Parts: sequence; structure tokens; C-alpha cells
Amino acid sequence: MISLTINNKPYQLDIDPNTPLLWVLRDHLDLVGTKFGCGLAQCGACTVHLNGEAIRSCVTKVSRAEGQKVVTIEGLSDTGEHPVQKAWLELDVAQCGYCQTGQIMSAAVLLNQNKNPTDKDIDAAMSGNICRCGTYLRIREAIHLAAEIQQKNG
Amino acid sequence: MTQAKSSINRRSFLKSSALAGGGLMLSFTWLSSFKEAGKLTDPELADKWIELTSYIKITPDNQIKILNPNPEFGQNVMTSLPMIIAEELDADWQTIIVEMGPHDNMKLGPQFTGGSNSVRMYWKPLREAGAAARQMLLSAAAQTWNVPMEELSTKDGIIHHVKSGKSGNYGQFATKAATIPVPKDAKLKEIKNFNVVRNSKKNVEGQKIVTGKPLFGMDYKQEGMLIAMIEHPPAFGMKLKSFDASETLKMPGITDVFKQELYPEDFEQGGFDTRTFNDLLVVVGKSTWEVMNARKKLKVTWEPRGDAKDVFGGRGGKREVIVPGALESTDAQRKKMQELASQPAQELRKDGDPEAAFKNAAQIIERTYNAPFLAHNCMEPMNFFAHVTEDKAVLAGPLQAPGWTEPMLSKLLGLPPEKIEIQMTRMGGGFGRRAYGHYLGEAALISKKTKAPIKLIYSREDDMTYGIYRPMYTATYRAALDANKNLIGFHVKGGGIPEHPVHANRFPAGAIDNYLAEGWSIPSNITIGAFRAPRSNFNAAAEQSFLDELAEAMGKDPIDFRLELLKRAKENPVGKNNDYNPDRYASVLQLVKEKSGWNGAENKKYSRGVAAYFCHNSYAAHVIDFIIKDGKPVVEQVFSAVDCGIVVNLDAATNMVQGAVVDGIGNALYGALTHKEGAAEQNNFHRYKIIRMNEAPQKIEVHFVQNDLDPTGLGEPPFPPVFGALANALYKATGKRYYDQPYGPQLNPRRAF
Repeated sequence: MISLTINNKPYQLDIDPNTPLLWVLRDHLDLVGTKFGCGLAQCGACTVHLNGEAIRSCVTKVSRAEGQKVVTIEGLSDTGEHPVQKAWLELDVAQCGYCQTGQIMSAAVLLNQNKNPTDKDIDAAMSGNICRCGTYLRIREAIHLAAEIQQKNG
Repeated sequence: MTQAKSSINRRSFLKSSALAGGGLMLSFTWLSSFKEAGKLTDPELADKWIELTSYIKITPDNQIKILNPNPEFGQNVMTSLPMIIAEELDADWQTIIVEMGPHDNMKLGPQFTGGSNSVRMYWKPLREAGAAARQMLLSAAAQTWNVPMEELSTKDGIIHHVKSGKSGNYGQFATKAATIPVPKDAKLKEIKNFNVVRNSKKNVEGQKIVTGKPLFGMDYKQEGMLIAMIEHPPAFGMKLKSFDASETLKMPGITDVFKQELYPEDFEQGGFDTRTFNDLLVVVGKSTWEVMNARKKLKVTWEPRGDAKDVFGGRGGKREVIVPGALESTDAQRKKMQELASQPAQELRKDGDPEAAFKNAAQIIERTYNAPFLAHNCMEPMNFFAHVTEDKAVLAGPLQAPGWTEPMLSKLLGLPPEKIEIQMTRMGGGFGRRAYGHYLGEAALISKKTKAPIKLIYSREDDMTYGIYRPMYTATYRAALDANKNLIGFHVKGGGIPEHPVHANRFPAGAIDNYLAEGWSIPSNITIGAFRAPRSNFNAAAEQSFLDELAEAMGKDPIDFRLELLKRAKENPVGKNNDYNPDRYASVLQLVKEKSGWNGAENKKYSRGVAAYFCHNSYAAHVIDFIIKDGKPVVEQVFSAVDCGIVVNLDAATNMVQGAVVDGIGNALYGALTHKEGAAEQNNFHRYKIIRMNEAPQKIEVHFVQNDLDPTGLGEPPFPPVFGALANALYKATGKRYYDQPYGPQLNPRRAF
């Protein structure tokens, strides 16, 4: 049995401890907002928060998350009111949308650690997330906007 | 009350019926079960929807729903197509519920995403559907109020009768309207009165995307569903010889391992039934990770397949093609291409006397351009859900063209098309890859064999190594100049594996007296298909680089040189089949010249390159500006000009062009799939480089030519000229011309500077 806390909810799972967190979320807990892209920590589509850090859930064994605090896109906010989600909607960032939950999770950690990131900070923090549709310019702009929203919210 | 016709034509889109049960919607509860604030969804309203034309449903209490007919893969049709209907319906966009329609070509039109056709092919039918529904509602109101219809007007979904002061919403008249025959010639709005189209409307699925709601095929789930994966041969040209699954079957969660043939011998393939491997080794189990893990325990022996035969059906009759069995390597392919490039080829177009022009030339410029196979690399790997039972098949997942795949499924499963239901989920990218529905055939056969609902999933490695790739291309361009550096002859000879890229009737054909276009090809077992702007995505790199070099040799500004050629093509065109409009082509060059401050002193600090191209009925031009950062050339900014007629959703269209520019830069610099002994040498993103945030430009400024022409393509046209503009800007930055894609590996700063 593995005990997990995901989005502040406790779970008890009888599962192979080597199973990547990604597949526990998607297949066993129906939290499918976290996406499968590469399985090699190369694309960032599976990004979630582990104790406030952005991690690639496709290469993170579920055993590593035991007793830790996991947040997925479903737990970032109740209905999309996180500053990053608001900014994404305001600038209509998405094209296909598949990578965007991973992008949002990476951006949320960046803004948590750096309240007013420069373009260079953004490039450094977000280069692990691939967007095949090429929405990078809007993502950059949305992170600046999210920083403003965050500041206004205090 | 209806004018149903048996053939699919314009009228059949506009069938009207009062649909009491909303039965069409029931199968879509999975996709529509997420409530949006303030908007009711089907469960509550299932028995109240009244259908007014096949795209529009209204409840008596004035909920208005519009069905998007076309598959969504990021081109934003889920928003832009309903906008077209809402415009003519004159409804309040803010209150409209948009839902993905079912696969029903009779009711919802052609339903395919490809060839930048979505808006172009639906523009008229959707305007007519919206206008027809509006007129039905007006007729109903006129009857109810006993006033002449001509005295009624609409605004934001409310019908007004000014004289009497009466007004009412569409819902009040929906039941009566549904009994009125669909008008054949409902008046369309004047373009100047548009207030939805030509505005920027937010993605109707934006909220679901940013909150991670299940939207994609990968997210699809059903009770009792198993996961299936396919172990495929390690190389093109190989097939399964034998396997031992004993260790795999011992792994937890594994329910089945078996060999499955995809197409039976002599199966007549349609044009989009291309498949990579026919012998499938299938592993089925309870969860994705268990199946992924157990796959690794398979002991498989593969063997060379040898030459094989593909049979194609279709309008031209039955056709057989021999697919060579050799295990191909990129180096050997390049050599073979060089050999064939010097052999006689098929003549595709000839104007004047090109041989004489080259014989009499004072100077001949000849350059050869090469490009590798490209993998689509959609972010969402190929997958599909299938549940096949004795008498029906239900499939759900990402697919660009259900109508092209359904006949294949029907033949494979022995079920009539009406027993096959394909639900279209939002796609995590497509780029042409998902026009080829072989993975639905695979999923359906696996479900049939296992007698269970299954979801077939490709790993990233599966997706990349058995793709339907952009072909490998080459082209040699030659120009004949006289003693005064006038262009007197032009020759393009293009080849490829397994098809050539030449569009013989495109620019600069029509602008040069003596012109020759030729093509040749080499058959291959590496599977190819459409990739964002097929052929054009190579031509615009080669031809636009060559024109740049030519302009320089002639001492002309590259934009002015193109404009001169276009002037000639307009005023005194050579030949008859020129398939571009010189005015529209020139307009994007002029616009990008103006907006980029071309030749402006303030822009001297940039290494600038320009290119333009026509495809999918639209015109696009870019100016790309490089700067040198830390000794390396990097793209700083891009100016884009596009003529695609009326732009339906301005901000979304801008996003699309910006994305095409980033995609073009990425593929031009890094895109390449190479093979060794038939095996792909890149199998995931650590070996296949995709452009990332830190390599994206700081600014991409997009400008659309303003006109009132019916919309033409947008997803593809801005993509190809990025390659040419990038190569031309790189020349300015490094002093070196680039002939072989990808360009990135050649940008060794120590060598370039």
C-alpha cells in the first residue's frame, strides 16, 4: 500500500512502487490533466508539483511521492482562477492545448519562486516544456501577465 | 417539412427536423459532460433541443447550441466555424454553447481537417445554415405576431417588431420554426455588417484546456477498457518471424499477447489507408504502465520482409504497387538521389525554348537543395479507443478525416458504415499525420480479437519510429542569364523518396519565357504522407533561397526582383495554367516590405531574409531578422504578411501564423529523421530536436491583407516560406548559403565566424 496526498486529498493505493507517478495519476486516479508526451522527461507535458517543485511525473516513481505533497493541474485552482490560468485564458495561448497543462504547472512554480521574471528567466525555466504548435511567444507574454495579476492579488 | 435528398450536396447540409430526443447527443456525454458556468448541458436538456438545420439546436427557454462539424487539432475550428454560423444566425456569441458534432457526413458536411480547408469549405454552407435558421425563426415570429416578416429585425438573438414594440428571443419561436421548410435562398449578411466574424473570439475550450479537463483521445476512458500497445519491427523492410511471450504473459496485469494482421492479402487501400507495418505484435493489459513494462519482456525474431505488394482501389481503378524490401540508410539514399538527379526525368511543364536559353546564356547559376524525412511529432502520440462487438463498432479518439477512415474500417470489420460510430476528440496536434487512420484499423481489430473495449496507445518511440513521414526531397534549380544579367531561362528538376516535390505551375512559372520543370522519384518502403503544406514546405525553402541568390547575382533587391517577376506574370503571363494570382502574391510582399521597414536604416543591425510562397489558395511572406548573440546567430524577430481573404477570428489567426513561424524555424534548423538499415535513428525528443522556448523569437508581428474575398487556407500557407526566409537571413548573418536542411548543425560558430 502506498499513501499519497494529491491536491490535498489522501489516497491509499495497492500498486507497484516503481510505477511512474504519471500513470498512477492518469490510469488509477482519473486525473488526466497531466499528459503523456515522451516518457523520458524531455517534453514537460507531464509536469506536476512535488512539494512545490516542478517535476516530470513520467520518470518519477510513485514511491518517491509517498508522504509528499503532490499538486496536479486539477488541484492548481478550483475553477481556473490561478493567475497563470487566468493569464493563459486572457491571451488565448493554446492551439491544440495538449502541452498547456504542463506549461502552466512549470510557469506556476517559476512565479512562485520569482515574482517578476525577465524573459531570460522565463526562457530558462520553460525550456523543458515543448509546445509543438509553437505558442512560445504567448506563453512568455502570459507569464508576464500572470506576474502582474499575482502582484495585484497581493 | 424537410427536403432531405439522398446525395450529399449543399441542400443536404440544411435538413431540418424537430428532434425531440436529442439522440445524436447521447453518445457525446463524455465530451460534453463538463459544465460551464451558467450554461446548461445535455443531461438537463436532452429532451428539449429543437433542431434548426443540422448545425443549430435551440431550446424553448433560449439555450442555443452550435455543432462544430470539423475535427479540431489546434487550428481553432471549434471556435471559428461556429462563429460563422452565429454571425448569420445573428445570435449573441457570449451565450452560445459549442459542441463537437458527431461523425455524420450527410448532416454535417465533409468533416475533414486537412489541406487548410476547414474554413474555406465550410464558409458558404455554414453561412447558409445560419441564415436559413434565422429566416425560419423570423417566419415563425411573423406568423405568431401576424405581421409581415419584412418588418422584423434581429439583434443578438432577439427578434424585434419595431412598429408594435414586440420582441422575443429565438427560443420562444424555435418549436414553430422547426416546422417551417428550410428556405433555399435565405439572405446572407453584407460583409460590412459582420459583428462576430472578423473579430477576436476566445477559444471556446480554453477554460477546459487550462484546467486539465479530459478532452483528448488519450484521456478517453470506459468501464472495463484494456490498454493495447503494438511491438513493431525495428526497421522498415522487416517483418515478424516468431515470438515468445511467455515472460510477458507472466507480468502483472497482462491479459493477452498475439499477432494480428492489419490488412488481409490484396486488401484494396484507399488514398489515406497508408500503414507502416502489416504484422502487428499486440500486448494487451489492464494499465498503460503494465503494458509498457511487459512489452520489454517480449522475445521476438524479425526477418527481412522482401519486396511486397500494395493494392490500391479508388476512382482510377485497381492499381498494384511493388514496395521494395531493402533496408534503407540515409547515406545510401542521398547517393541514389544524386545519381537520379543527373538522369532524364519526367517533363512536367515546358514554356518557350529552355534548351536554347541555357545554350545561349552568358551565365548559368545552378544550385541543389536537399531536405530529410520529417516526423510529425504531434504532442499527443497516436492512440484510439475501439469497442467492436458482433453488430457494431464504436471508436473515439484523435482523427483528421473520419470519412476517409470509415470505408477501411467497414471493409476490415465487415460492418456497414452506419454501424460504425467514430467520435472525434480534440487532437493534441495533427500536422497531417492523423489524416492516416491505420491506427483505427489496428485498434478496431485488437478490440474485435480481445472482445473488449480497448485503447491503443503508441509510445513516443512508436510514434516517431513508425510514422507516415514528410518525404525526403531534393531539387536542382538552374537560371540562365544573358550578358546584361536578364533572366532568360529557368529550370527546376525535383526528385524525392518516394515522390517529387515539384509544383510545375506555381510561381515563377508564368513569369519567365523559357521554363522547364521536371520530376523524378525513387520508391521506398519508408511510409510517407501529408506534413503541414506537403511539397510546399520543401519548395519554399529551395526555390525562395534560389531566387534570393539569383537576385543577388542580378544586382537586384530580393523583394523588387520578385515583384518584377510577378508584374510580368500579371501583364503578360507565359503559359496558361499558372495557378497563382500575381496581384495577391505581390500584395503580401508589399505588405511585409512596408511593415518590416525593409531597407530602413534602423534595421541595418539585423541580418534580414525574405521569402514568400503561395499554397492552399493563400499567400504568405515573411521577413526574418537574425542577430548575433554570444557568437551565434539567433532569430530576433519576424514580420509576417498573409492574404487568406476574410479572417474569421483575428487573434486566433494571428496565433496560428505565429505558431507556423515557430514551427518553420524549428524544422528548418533542427528537423530530420534519418535511417540506418531501415531503422529510424531518432526515437524520442532527446535525439529529435524540437524548437524550445529559449530558441523562439522575441517578436512575431503578423499582418493580414485587408480584403473581402471568401476565406482561403491559413494553417499551412504561412509555414513554407519560413524555411526560405530563414535560409536567406542566415546567409546575411554568416556569409554562407545553406542548401541542406536542417541548417542548425551547420551553424558551428567557430567555422561561421
